[in-house]
Amino acid sequence: MAEVVLETQALTMRFGGVVASDNVNFKLRARELRCLIGPNGAGKSTFFKCVTGLLTPTEGQVFMRGQETTGWMPHQIASLGVGIKTQTPNVMDNLSVFENIWLAARRFHSVDEAKHKAEAVIERLALNSIARSDLGNLAHGERQRVELGLVAVGDPWLVLLDEPAAGMSAEDVERMTEIIHELTKTAAVVIVEHDMQFIRSIAQTVTVFHQGAVLMEDHVDKVMSDETVRNVYLGKKAG
Amino acid sequence: MQDRMGKDVMTTLVVAGGLIWLLPQLVSTYTLTVLIIYGMLGFSLGLIWGFGGILCFGQAAFFGLGAYTYAIAAINIGESTLPMLIAILVPAIAALLLGAMMFYGRLTDVYLGVITLVVTLILFKFINSTAGPQFVIGTARLGGFNGIPGFQTLNVPGDPDAYIWGDAYYYVCAVMMVLVYLLVSALLRSSFGRIAVGIRENETRMSLMGYDVAARKTILFAIGAAIAGLAGALFANWGEIVTPGLFSLGQSAEIIIWCIVGGLGTRFGPILGAAGLAYLKFALGQQSLIDNTLITGLILVLFVLFLPKGLVPAISSLWKVSFARRSPSRVHQARRMRNRGRANG
Amino acid sequence: MDLSIVILVEMLYAVASLVLISAGLAVVFGMMKVINLAHGEFMMMGGYATITAVNLGANVFVAMLVVAPITVGLIGLVVERLVIRHLYGRLVDTMLATWGLSLFFIGVATMIFGNTTTGISTPIPGFSVGDYQINGYNFFIILVAIALVVGMLVILKSTRAGLIARGTMQRSDIAAALGYSPDRIYMATFFCGSALSGLAGAVLAPLVGLVPTSGGAYIAKAFITVIAGGPSLVAGLLSSAGLFGLVNQIFTFAISPVIGDVALLVAAVVLLRLLPQGVTGKFFKGKL
Repeated sequence: MAEVVLETQALTMRFGGVVASDNVNFKLRARELRCLIGPNGAGKSTFFKCVTGLLTPTEGQVFMRGQETTGWMPHQIASLGVGIKTQTPNVMDNLSVFENIWLAARRFHSVDEAKHKAEAVIERLALNSIARSDLGNLAHGERQRVELGLVAVGDPWLVLLDEPAAGMSAEDVERMTEIIHELTKTAAVVIVEHDMQFIRSIAQTVTVFHQGAVLMEDHVDKVMSDETVRNVYLGKKAG
Repeated sequence: MQDRMGKDVMTTLVVAGGLIWLLPQLVSTYTLTVLIIYGMLGFSLGLIWGFGGILCFGQAAFFGLGAYTYAIAAINIGESTLPMLIAILVPAIAALLLGAMMFYGRLTDVYLGVITLVVTLILFKFINSTAGPQFVIGTARLGGFNGIPGFQTLNVPGDPDAYIWGDAYYYVCAVMMVLVYLLVSALLRSSFGRIAVGIRENETRMSLMGYDVAARKTILFAIGAAIAGLAGALFANWGEIVTPGLFSLGQSAEIIIWCIVGGLGTRFGPILGAAGLAYLKFALGQQSLIDNTLITGLILVLFVLFLPKGLVPAISSLWKVSFARRSPSRVHQARRMRNRGRANG
Repeated sequence: MDLSIVILVEMLYAVASLVLISAGLAVVFGMMKVINLAHGEFMMMGGYATITAVNLGANVFVAMLVVAPITVGLIGLVVERLVIRHLYGRLVDTMLATWGLSLFFIGVATMIFGNTTTGISTPIPGFSVGDYQINGYNFFIILVAIALVVGMLVILKSTRAGLIARGTMQRSDIAAALGYSPDRIYMATFFCGSALSGLAGAVLAPLVGLVPTSGGAYIAKAFITVIAGGPSLVAGLLSSAGLFGLVNQIFTFAISPVIGDVALLVAAVVLLRLLPQGVTGKFFKGKL
């Protein structure tokens, strides 16, 4: 069995009286691909934020490669070699694609190496034609792709993606799927996602959140055919 | 890359050399000296605001701190070289502490503004109330609202009796300005500078990429304060007296206006804005028809409304537009140059 | 005993004057998320409006409570139409533009009234409590502040305009979607905020010698009171004014007025460091 790269124990987050994340025990192994699904307000994003350090959990612990990271700042977690993409595109709008990716590469490499790394990633993600354009002038799908580039260029061993396919065209989604598959060659990937089509095309194991807690965790086909899951999530969505 | 750097340094030296030689033919060196000092002060805010996204309402605090530190140290030491260094260090250390407090507390825009403004006010009020004889540092009396006069002014290092004043002092200030400009240019070209620009653009993203945003902002803030402190010390030497007015809100406001008018995100803009507006104020000071403050205020309002990017970016884009009319292929080149220019600060 | 009464009155007075100083800024910030750095100059103009009206023969209370708010409110209206409305949603730019306006008004006042101190005498005589002399006018200030707070609560809670105002404060986009023109709401708000600034400046004018640069003394205090108060209008105003007034007076009595001011500022820095969203960002959430 591969090494456990991400683990949470009894992770709980309360906002006032609302329990947004309730006693979540989660385990992810190296090079695993996992989707987190659930209806709106199920606590997926809260869980994501607690793991990435954007929120500090009220109770419970987070471990990454065996090291406790509870309450760490996002930059400390990222420095371990964790690539993070937030829900809304989070990029440097007034800088070019190359500069964006170079900045991400520079964190882990020397000036010259960062340049080569950035060029390689731009090549890999087919961003050559827009490499000198400012991010602010790009289409939504392109910006998402650049942000994935920011994540990939750091050679992470753990990648956390919050709704990477949101608002993208079918073609863009297809490309995104390819990139993610490539990432799983070297990294464990967690994806928070709504788009069932996308999940079917990419996932094997799926964790379902409901009312802050983990409802079930199984192979995507089993989850999709499960009665309870249908009721809380798919049923609602269909209706 | 190395090539462009050399070119940039050469251009700076040639332009600066020309200006240093030419300007005394037009304006007295006494006035020019203070214009350069203000230029340096504007430059210090232009660095942290334009390239680091840190809007400091209290840059005057570091200016005043530098001036007072110099005056107090000079009285106690009786020589100027060490006091100059202390006058750079003290504001930098103060900024490190203040910056660490603010940035590790994740305070941004308005709150940053309030805190820097309040700290300036505290200093102003405190210094203003130190008229009594009990307020002494070493042999220097703080003097309250009267300020501190009669301290040792700049001398040739190692020889306290060889004062540098008049034209010679003008050249010293000009060379200092060029040095600071070159050092900051190098800083902006370095990884540190590019990362600072990245942080200005998107703090969250930069921290998610693993950069310690708070630490980097604190350091940049301290560098800005050190430059402001140097400007303060030079100002103390020029005026031969330091007063609490250096810490005033009006002074802070002026520094911000210089940056807005000159143009943020450029190196030369804030210097031009500072020297230009200070000269305008000086020229207006000789007439009594319209109040000075009124005009300063009006300029700020008009710029925020109609030219929020400032003069230097506006002029350079105008330049590019007129290029475009003549040959379309050059626009492309100009745009590429601009992008590259941005990458290099 | 006598001393404690005097101290109590002074404390109340300190809190009341902070409430007065900050109310106009708080209304504009709470409703429009605009920091009006010319607020101090609006107060200064309220003071000059009062003095001018009194010199022209008006009753001093009419001048303070009617003439000054309306005059300054109208000036605020012009400012909103000419400058502020072009800058909505750009917090830093409005701060800079209003800072420019503040300098502009200082210049105008200097040209009209000259750079000399003017003033009017306090219209209410002082009286003594035991061995101590109390300024009777302080009670008037306390009363005005109480009336102001009660008035604000009543308007916000039980009038249609107040309901719209509360809605706009929470979600201006939704209020706009419901058909309330944000343009008109903002105009009205800025008028009210300016009028409140004018009122405060007028009421405080008899206590201070007025110069064109008087506003500078108020803006910092108002600014930190409002920011430290946080998103809730009345609760925020009261809690931060209460806290800062108390700190200020305790240190004023214990050491000196300058240290009192410094203590207030230090308290503000510490408070903002601990509660970056202001007092009501943490406590009293969702209150008015």
